[in-house]
Amino acid sequence: MEGHQLQHQAACMRKALFDQGYLDDQFLQLEDLEDEANPNFVEEVVKLYYSDSARFIRNIELTLDKNPFDFEKLDDIMHQFKGSSSSIGAKKLKTECTQFQEYCKIGNFEGCMRTFQEVKQEHAVLKKKLESYFQLARQAR
Amino acid sequence: MEEMRSDCSSSGVQELHVLAVDDSLVDRKVIERLLKISCCKVTAVESGRRALQYLGLDGERSSVGFDELKVNLIMTDYSMPGMTGYELLKKIKGSSKLREIPVVVMSSENVLARIDRCLEEGAEEFLVKPVKLSDVERLRDFILKGEEKSEREFSHKRKMSDDSCTLTPSSMASSPSSSDSDLPLSPMSIVSDEPRPKRARLLDDN
Repeated sequence: MEGHQLQHQAACMRKALFDQGYLDDQFLQLEDLEDEANPNFVEEVVKLYYSDSARFIRNIELTLDKNPFDFEKLDDIMHQFKGSSSSIGAKKLKTECTQFQEYCKIGNFEGCMRTFQEVKQEHAVLKKKLESYFQLARQAR
Repeated sequence: MEEMRSDCSSSGVQELHVLAVDDSLVDRKVIERLLKISCCKVTAVESGRRALQYLGLDGERSSVGFDELKVNLIMTDYSMPGMTGYELLKKIKGSSKLREIPVVVMSSENVLARIDRCLEEGAEEFLVKPVKLSDVERLRDFILKGEEKSEREFSHKRKMSDDSCTLTPSSMASSPSSSDSDLPLSPMSIVSDEPRPKRARLLDDN
């Protein structure tokens, strides 16, 4: 039956996200908060995260451009971004954020630039994967 | 797992009113959900300043009607722009009107010095983010026990006190309270003769 196939596909996609290290336990915690009255809570949180976190990316970009050696500011923005990312269970992304903060601590601009590219990429990749997953999960319901 | 969740209205549990303070939009959404599931009323604000406004500590809101807004627990993020959670904690504990309200500090950073500082200042607990449902449920049960205990002790004291006692609940009202269930958390501290910790500190309402 198609319904079962879709469910199976969604389950596989979900499992892969965990197995491949994109998501951690916090995502599970969020899933546990869903019920019949709030069946899309996780998707709502993730949507909110992506619309909200765009400004952190923007601010870091601006700072790297205008005040590249303001490591304290860079670290501060990244700290907030990392916090939000952690709240949705974005495991790999969190690691990239920590890397960036490490470079901030030692004042390494090249390192910051490099890891920031990783952060942006990971942020975008995760978005696509989660969007696909949520879409499939809805269809499978 | 969702089917097992008890309906808040039928469980007979008193609904606590929690004030959540966090500058993160995502975290506010999550903590709101955690608290609602735990049968708590939630008011979520984005800053320490807003929190103080809500609590009536900035002089803008009068104490009349404070009762409807009565807050049983404050959960605040530590790192916030402007006023930090620690600064908010100090202001609350420094206020004779609000210091009885338990305050819990949340932080993504598990720094011992930070934890000590907050507990020293009177925080009930320090939670490492991301906060879990089990954390919130545990907190709620703890606060409910405190409310229950205070209520029992208060009614007991009222029975025991005689006419010569000048400290009566009716003259005490720090918040206009019409029913027992709306009593502030530790009325014991009002009628008791025991010295309270940090009493020497200047108590002001700003």
